[in-house]
This record gives sequence, structure tokens and C-alpha cells, in this order.
Amino acid sequence: MAGMRDIKRRIRSITNTQQITKAMKMVSAAKLRKAQQAVTAARPYSDKLEEVLTRLVEASNELDFDLTQKRPVKRIGYVLITADGGLCGGYNINVTKLAQQSMQEEEVETAVIAVGRKGRDYFRRRELAIQEEFINIGDNPNYIQARELVNVVTKLFLDGTFDEIKLVYTKFLTAISQTPTVSHLLPIAPEGETEDEADSDYLFEPSGDEVLNTLLPRYVETLVYRALLEAKASEHGARMTAMDSATTNADEMIDKLTLSFNRARQAAITREISEIVGGAAALDK
Amino acid sequence: MADKKIAVEVVTPERSVLKRAVSSLVVPASEGYLGVLYNHAPLVAGLQPGVIRMKGEDAEEIMAISGGFMEVIENKATIMADTAETTDEIDLQRAERAKERAKERLEQKPEGLDLSRAEFAMRRALARIEAVTKD
Repeated sequence: MAGMRDIKRRIRSITNTQQITKAMKMVSAAKLRKAQQAVTAARPYSDKLEEVLTRLVEASNELDFDLTQKRPVKRIGYVLITADGGLCGGYNINVTKLAQQSMQEEEVETAVIAVGRKGRDYFRRRELAIQEEFINIGDNPNYIQARELVNVVTKLFLDGTFDEIKLVYTKFLTAISQTPTVSHLLPIAPEGETEDEADSDYLFEPSGDEVLNTLLPRYVETLVYRALLEAKASEHGARMTAMDSATTNADEMIDKLTLSFNRARQAAITREISEIVGGAAALDK
Repeated sequence: MADKKIAVEVVTPERSVLKRAVSSLVVPASEGYLGVLYNHAPLVAGLQPGVIRMKGEDAEEIMAISGGFMEVIENKATIMADTAETTDEIDLQRAERAKERAKERLEQKPEGLDLSRAEFAMRRALARIEAVTKD
């Protein structure tokens, strides 16, 4: 049986760890709420933009823009959004594995554009191609960051480095459930179908094509911005769940250890008594 | 007249800025200022940095935006701006500084200057200043 002092030391160390996990859980909960608000706040803009885009696509017969051009695919870029930090359960590894798997299935060359330290490190350790990296996005990704990222990605698409760009991130469903997804980013392939038949003849100022020309890059930006926000919310959600179960596990361990501590103490007392009784009996003889 | 209102909504990528029912709306379209009144035809317009003016019952409301789009349909106008600020949100001194900086850059034309970017910064700053001073 482990010594009483050893058990006591372990209990103390686990209690300390538990305090940390508990604090991290609460911090993540607060950050999650903020991230969720950001996701909700971004929704009206991106919904509206998508609506207008669909309508414009319907109105114009042919899409002939830099960002919609389809080329024979020789090289595909994967924008992979992960967290900068760990301690969030399977969050990073799930999305990274999905990206890697999807990349292996491609028949052409692929490279990753890593957003977040964890994804970058994973690909770097395996010596797989990394085209660009963006580290330190922070807890509240803003639109400027999305725009910078999109600028780089669009450039890589336009100069022919990549013929297709995909976006891999963790979709936020609820605080406890997030799923990694792969989605298509470039070239833009808008679906030209709206349900409402309100396709009244729109006036375009200055012209449909020109409006589309400025709208398309923004569409890409909102897609990426939204992915960044959702990934962030997912990260906090995943971390909260991970820290919650860590705290519960610590509780269980402390319970078990306390039990064996009590047993050890009882054993020590019993032994002492029997020693005294034995000693007294020996004297009596 | 009372019912003849346009529902205006200003949204930016990061938030929904404002919702109002107004009787007239003037926006900085890409080829000059453009007015929208009740029963306007469906329209999608590109916007440049400038000032939005909305006239309600009594007061006029002014906002500065830095480019974007507007869609008008069935008396609903949605302005998708890159950024949008109401007059109280604008930091006039900061805008003035930004203007000076942009001006300097445009005059000196240092090497590697992104001309369109500097010009854009200038126009953004001017829009902010206009929004505050012509209140």
C-alpha cells in the first residue's frame, strides 16, 4: 500500500490541476458566448450578400470573372483553420485529419495554407507542403484578418499557384457538438437558383457585371470570415467540453484517492494498536 | 404620406448597424450620389466611400460608410457596407489625422506607394469628416 504521505501529495496535486481546468472551463464558456454572438452578428450581412449574389448570377447569363474561371486542376490549395493552442480535446486533430485525408484522396498535388499554429505544426512535422501560414488570429477574429487572408489566397489562385481552393474548418453546431467540414472556396461556383420568383428586373448601378466584380471578392471574404468565426466558436466549445470532463475526472480521482488514503490511515492505526496490545501481552507473561 | 416609408437596414460584415423607417435616403453610389424614395424600382448599386443621409419624420440621420452595396426591393433598402459609423461613433480627430496622412502620402508619392489604397484612405477619411461636420 502506498504511503499516506504519497497519497496526500497526489491528492493535493490533482486538486491544483482541477482548479486550473475549472478556471479554463469558465474562461472558455465566456469566450464561447462572445464568439457565438459574433457568429450571429455576422449572419445578416452574409445572408444578404448571398441573396444578392444569387440574384445577380441569375440576371447575368454568363459568368466571366477572374474569380469564377475554371481551369484544369493541377494543384489544389487547402485553407485549414485550426486553433493556436491545445487543450481542447479532439478539436485540432479532427479538422487536421479531415484535411489530410481529403488531400490524400485528391489525384493532383496539394498544399496547405495553415491558419492556426496547431494545423501548421502538424503538417510541418510530417514535412508536407505548406504554402502559407497565418498564426495568432486571436480570440476575436475580425473582418480585416479575413480580408488579409483572402487577399493572399486569391492571389495564389489568380497567379496560377492553385487552380482550386478548398476551405477546411470546424462548423459550429452547438456548444457541445462541432463537425469538421471541407467546403469549396475558389473558383466561385454560385448556385443560380432562388426560390422566390421575385426576379423583378433589377436596375444595376453602374452595371451588373461591375457590381458583380466588386461583390465576388467580398463574397469570398464573408465565406472566410464566417469560417473563422465558426471555427473560433467551435474551439471554445470544444475546450469547454474538454475542460469540463477533465474537472469531472479529477473529482473522481480525488474521491478514489481519498478512499485509499482513509484506508491507509485506518491500517496504520490498526497496526499501531495491535503492536501496543502485543507489547502489553508480552510484558504480562 | 405617413405610411410611405422605406425600411432601411445597414449591415456590415461584423454587425447589423441600424434599422430605420425613413421617407428618403441618399447614398454615395459608385457614380455619384443617388436618392431613393418610396416605390423605387428594384436596384442593386455599388457604393463608394461617402455619407448616407436618411430623412425620417423630423430628423435627418447621417452615417459614414466606406464602400459596399445597396439593394432596394419593395421599399426595403439593405445597405451592405464594409464599415458604417453613425456620427457619434466617428472620432473626428482620428479622421483628420488619417486625412493628413493620406494627403501627405499622395503628395510625396513615396516609392512602393499603393496609390489606389492611399486614395481610398483619403476618401474614407473625408467621408467621416463630412458626416460629422455637416450634421
